Amino acid sequence: MDVGFCLRSEAAGAMRTALMSAENLQLTLKAEPSQEERALTHTKRGPEETHKAGNEDLKEMLESNKESLKLEAMKRVVGLIAKGKNASELFPAVVKNVASKNIELKKLVYVYLVRYAEEQQDLALLSISTFQRALKEPNQFIRASALRVLSSIRVPIIVPIMMLAIKEAAADMSPYVRKTSAHAIQKLYSLDPDQKEQLIEVIEKLLKDKSTLVAGSVVVAFEEVCPDRIDLIHKNYRKLCNLLVDVEEWGQVVIISMLTRYARTQFTSPWKEGASFEENNEKAFYASDSEEKSERTEAEAYVMDPDHRLLLRNTKPLLQSRNTAVVMSVAQLYWHLAPRHEVNLVTKSLVRLLRSHREVQYIVLQNIATMSIQRKGMFEPYMKSFYVRSTDATHIKTLKLEILTNLANEANISTILREFQTYVKSQDKAFAAATIQAIGRCATNISEVTDTCLNGLVLLLSNRDETVVAESVVVIKKLLQTQPTQHSEIIKHMAKLFDNITVSMARASILWLMGEYCDRVPKIAPDVLRKMAKSFTAEEDIVKLQTVNLAAKLYLTNSKQTKLLTQYILNLGKYDQSYDIRDRTRFIRQLIVPNEKSGALNKYARRILLAPKPAPVLESAFKDRDRYQLGTLSHSLNSKASGYQELSDWPAVAPDQSVRNVEVVEPVQEWAPSVGKTKKLKSDDKFYSDNEEEKAEEESESSEGSSSSSSSSSGESSSESEEQSSEESDKTSSDSGKSSSGSEETSSGSDSQQKKKKKTKKAPQKKSKTAAASSDSDENGNGPVVKDSSSSDESSSGSEDDSDSDAAAAPTTQQQKKSDRKPGPKVKSEVEVSLLDLVDFSPAPTNAPKGPVVSPSLLSDLEGLSLSNTSSTMQVTAPSFGPVKTYELLHHMTGKGLSAKYHFPRQPCLHQPGMVAVQVTLSNGSDRSLEEIHVGDRSPASLNIHCFNTIERLEPEASVTVSMGIDFSDSTQAANFQLCTKEDGFSVSIQPAVGELLMPSSLSEQDFSREQGKLLGMNETSATVAMATANASSQAVKQRVLSVANVGEVPSGQDVAHR
Amino acid sequence: MIHSLFLINHSGDIFLEKHWKSVISRSVCDYFFEAKEKAAEPENVAPVLQTPHHYLITIYRGKLFFLSVVQTEAPPLFVIEFLHRVADIFQDYFGECSESVIKDNVVTVYELLEEMLDNGFPLATESNVLKEMIRPPTILRSVVNTLTGGSNVGDTLPTGQLSNIPWRRAGVKYTNNEAYFDVIEEIDAIVDKSGTTVCAEIQGVIEACVRLTGMPDLTLSFMNPRLLDDVSFHPCVRFKRWESERALSFIPPDGNFTLMNYHVSSQNLVALPVYVKQSISFFDSGPCGRLDITVGPKQTMGKTVEALMVTIHMPKAVLSANLTATQGSYTYDLATKVLVWDIGKLNPQKLPNLKGSLSLQAGAPKPEDNPSLNIDLKIQQMAISGSLLFIRTF
Repeated sequence: MDVGFCLRSEAAGAMRTALMSAENLQLTLKAEPSQEERALTHTKRGPEETHKAGNEDLKEMLESNKESLKLEAMKRVVGLIAKGKNASELFPAVVKNVASKNIELKKLVYVYLVRYAEEQQDLALLSISTFQRALKEPNQFIRASALRVLSSIRVPIIVPIMMLAIKEAAADMSPYVRKTSAHAIQKLYSLDPDQKEQLIEVIEKLLKDKSTLVAGSVVVAFEEVCPDRIDLIHKNYRKLCNLLVDVEEWGQVVIISMLTRYARTQFTSPWKEGASFEENNEKAFYASDSEEKSERTEAEAYVMDPDHRLLLRNTKPLLQSRNTAVVMSVAQLYWHLAPRHEVNLVTKSLVRLLRSHREVQYIVLQNIATMSIQRKGMFEPYMKSFYVRSTDATHIKTLKLEILTNLANEANISTILREFQTYVKSQDKAFAAATIQAIGRCATNISEVTDTCLNGLVLLLSNRDETVVAESVVVIKKLLQTQPTQHSEIIKHMAKLFDNITVSMARASILWLMGEYCDRVPKIAPDVLRKMAKSFTAEEDIVKLQTVNLAAKLYLTNSKQTKLLTQYILNLGKYDQSYDIRDRTRFIRQLIVPNEKSGALNKYARRILLAPKPAPVLESAFKDRDRYQLGTLSHSLNSKASGYQELSDWPAVAPDQSVRNVEVVEPVQEWAPSVGKTKKLKSDDKFYSDNEEEKAEEESESSEGSSSSSSSSSGESSSESEEQSSEESDKTSSDSGKSSSGSEETSSGSDSQQKKKKKTKKAPQKKSKTAAASSDSDENGNGPVVKDSSSSDESSSGSEDDSDSDAAAAPTTQQQKKSDRKPGPKVKSEVEVSLLDLVDFSPAPTNAPKGPVVSPSLLSDLEGLSLSNTSSTMQVTAPSFGPVKTYELLHHMTGKGLSAKYHFPRQPCLHQPGMVAVQVTLSNGSDRSLEEIHVGDRSPASLNIHCFNTIERLEPEASVTVSMGIDFSDSTQAANFQLCTKEDGFSVSIQPAVGELLMPSSLSEQDFSREQGKLLGMNETSATVAMATANASSQAVKQRVLSVANVGEVPSGQDVAHR
Repeated sequence: MIHSLFLINHSGDIFLEKHWKSVISRSVCDYFFEAKEKAAEPENVAPVLQTPHHYLITIYRGKLFFLSVVQTEAPPLFVIEFLHRVADIFQDYFGECSESVIKDNVVTVYELLEEMLDNGFPLATESNVLKEMIRPPTILRSVVNTLTGGSNVGDTLPTGQLSNIPWRRAGVKYTNNEAYFDVIEEIDAIVDKSGTTVCAEIQGVIEACVRLTGMPDLTLSFMNPRLLDDVSFHPCVRFKRWESERALSFIPPDGNFTLMNYHVSSQNLVALPVYVKQSISFFDSGPCGRLDITVGPKQTMGKTVEALMVTIHMPKAVLSANLTATQGSYTYDLATKVLVWDIGKLNPQKLPNLKGSLSLQAGAPKPEDNPSLNIDLKIQQMAISGSLLFIRTF
């Protein structure tokens, strides 16, 4: 494959221009309107009368026989709808076309129906049967769109029909249809809230869905219909966490915000003292018994729930999302849930969002403003990112200012003030005024700079712009109140300015200052009052009020000079138009002017009017916003939006964490070797390949924190089937399970180990009973029975593939049934508890070994998740990874330096569902580079291979891993093909082991037995697994089977068959 | 979530409305018009508005307002991001996102909106998926369709919609396989009057144009990934690989897309490629002022500076400008008071200079502060951050 690559090179530029000109061409040609567009513009411009006539005309077109006429008419009708014009009278004519074959026409009719059905309910019913028919179509797209429209028609009569359709669609095998049904749930709920109970059932079912496609939509439905039913989430919590990265971006936003709420109700606060140690504690806690004592002493310290940690870990990569809403929702999740020291992780990403669209900036800045009040340190290093740009919109500027003010401290205040100085000169006067207020806030918050700020503000008083001066006056007034002692100079200066200031708020502020500190400016104050008396009638109300106040205060302190003035002003006030002022005047007069009636209050007038007044606290407008969850509409508006879900406080004691455990209950631990059969089977230990853990890799990471490192390492080493090591892993893992469950004493843990050792070979009956009892309803849904179907079956459908796949699977089962009953371990229930817990805590070791096999695990990230299911009952499960065995394809001696190895990554094939994925590692052992490595001729000729792309060049000592797909047609016949380099071609063959052709899938137990009945024992295969010793532990056995075949494991009621 | 969408043009006409749930009267937009009235500039309208029964979330793009109505609590960024995505899709389909284009293609627009949201929740927002469902209009196709009665709407579910890689179509085939990557870096700097850099940061985008057959799996690695302070990716990039190896591993979408954005923070010293000498003064004596601006190269590493443009937002009082430019041309917009000097290529031997007098409105007070200068420029084939990349395909 040729890959041209250049760095903004001429070639790219040229191509761009070519594309551009092509587009221009298109546009210019487009300038001549097509027929339909002309028709559209015609109806658009026509006055009402022609509009009516136009509708007649449309009706005729719709009733004609010609498809193209109908289509054009519908396009014009949609044009009318888009313009908001009424086209409802066409309803009967339009509805007739609902069954049209033309897909575009049909879709336009749907648009129309959804718009007008509510108004014309009776006529809309005519269309229902068409949808009901469409719901049964084999084409999933048509099924989905029929459901979409059916549920969008807001006609109460059809509620039962909708309910039925939703229920059916929720069990549809196409995830796309299931997604649509999740959307339909909300629609039905808004149409008829009485259906709530039934809908919750459907939601519950859909929540269990493993498709990433469905997850987002069903959570939306959950949030809308029953946000308080937190219990529905328990079982799906871990699955949702693990799926999160692969859910589409819009779903991620909703799931994250829902999980935030969930986590706040389920986990204890990580914000307590000593929280910074929790990671260590946690490790130590699970590590081993020996540390038990130290544990006890630290028992009081906070330990983060592993599920809590899982959520934080799995959301972190989403900070790199291109979708700003996702980044914001992760940020709020960290803010509300993460330990204090981890919140800083989100800072960078939030700052990055500031480079996005203006509207995005606005919301992000609002949230940062709230955050920065509580946590200055978080954003301080990024202070410069909040510097205002001259091109910012005003509301962005003010928000940035807000944040800068919040960030100000002793260290950076000088930088910030310098920046503020520039802002004050801004041409945007509203912004300049906001800056002055910000300076005022800095001055009150940081005492070191109060004087500097005050001086700066006084300088601003000589500014030519009135708003700036006025704002400064107001701010200075507030500042002076905080430290009134030494500033009589400033007050005098302001008195001088008084004549020039016209903004009423500023004038009022100066008057208030005069009155309050009249003892400091004894000469000036009466003079100001005199001036005010002259202009009293022309002033604004607020200035008048302050004038009255000033007069009253001066009367009390300096009655000799001001008595007459005061009385004059009070008289003016008495006849003022505003009753506020008349009222105040009357009050003041009674209070200060002694007469025979006033009496009591008069004595206290001085104390009332001249009482020391508390200084105002200048604080951020975002102070109280933290009561709302960040990133919500309510936070943005600072008022509760309808439908806002309150974020609860942390519970003091965490609710039972075991509710989230999704046990795949597996009654049998072990298989004894069968007699007389070559194939030894053994129990799959369920803990290591839990169905639930679809992403082994994710899981392994998540479990690192919770499970001890020893258990995971032993899991890997157990592939060597040394009895000891597996035994060991058993021990440690059961320990860890136990200690983490917290329900068992560690001492009993060691007991159980010993018991277990003794009893590993006993029959499983007893155990199965208890296990079955403790299993929960979830089990049915998840179908913990695992079976393998040959991978090719996936593409075919119906019962055929079922039986086919079972053909491969059945013989082994039958073998087991016959033979594997002899020993039955009677395992104590204690042990079992710990083992069950283990399911949750140590799913790690099934993971594919890392190293050369990085790519399969990566592929699994993308591919392992939501494959379409072949039938409703059968689900393909993710492969459980055993150790990957590598086979030699081409030795470097025969291959003239080129050597090739292959292995089966046990991934569903990327290219075609019927193929088996093969990973080929090509390496160059020669001393010159090999060129053009590709796949040549193949035999049999019909062999279907999806080749890897030609490798242009392989340097000496280099190796490259490629993946290819081979369709073995369900046979073990070897695939022969040529591996060619530029000069040579080498024949190679890949012989698949039967196990590699299988595909693990799960189905319910009943289904399995049914399928089993159909089997004829045709595809019987057997393999030998050499067991080191007879009493090899379950892990070792399992590991062996995994190494041979790509299978999942099947826990079932009576006997466990590993198929 | 999103209840309705109204498209409103610059002058305040609602020219398209679409409802995903029950119909909301367009009178709800009156609250928005009120807010728009208050804010002088369309940019200054607050994106989130509250009305008695609804919440209005608006974006302003290409002289159009996209106004969405929300009835219950919903993350505002969710809505904003979606609206921008809608605008992007329009741009992608019709080449531009303007009132006339939307009006001309109203049916396609309606079909698109129908597919993008279901009951107010985004359904398909990947342009690759949408293009399979609703084909973009071309002349050829409209001719064919009129003749054959064919349609622009596909009848099968796009393959991308079901897979885990919704951004890529299945069965892509090219005779010439090629992949181009444009690395575009922007320096964003604030320089104060004396020429000191107040803050500077580099924002980089890797735009890709990939035309490869089948399901290619690409790996792209950086020379110096440590430089990148913060990154964001197209959903196709695997987070895991980035975290472990600092390499981009991805199955690319077909066609043009933005692979990643990155940010090189101001902590690493950023060298600005040009300097500006300016002196703008207004005289106390009469209603006039002087302006003298020279632009020169600073650190361009031998590359030519292109598309150099100086934009100045003049104070309100400036009536007209009478200037001479040694290179390029200038315009002064009387209504918006914006002076634009388009220089073009920067010649290091002969520095461009703009000089002349400004006339002020008589009687108006002299502007107290000098206006700020915005300088835009372009340098080809230079990555300021110095990060290079390599690519490998499978």
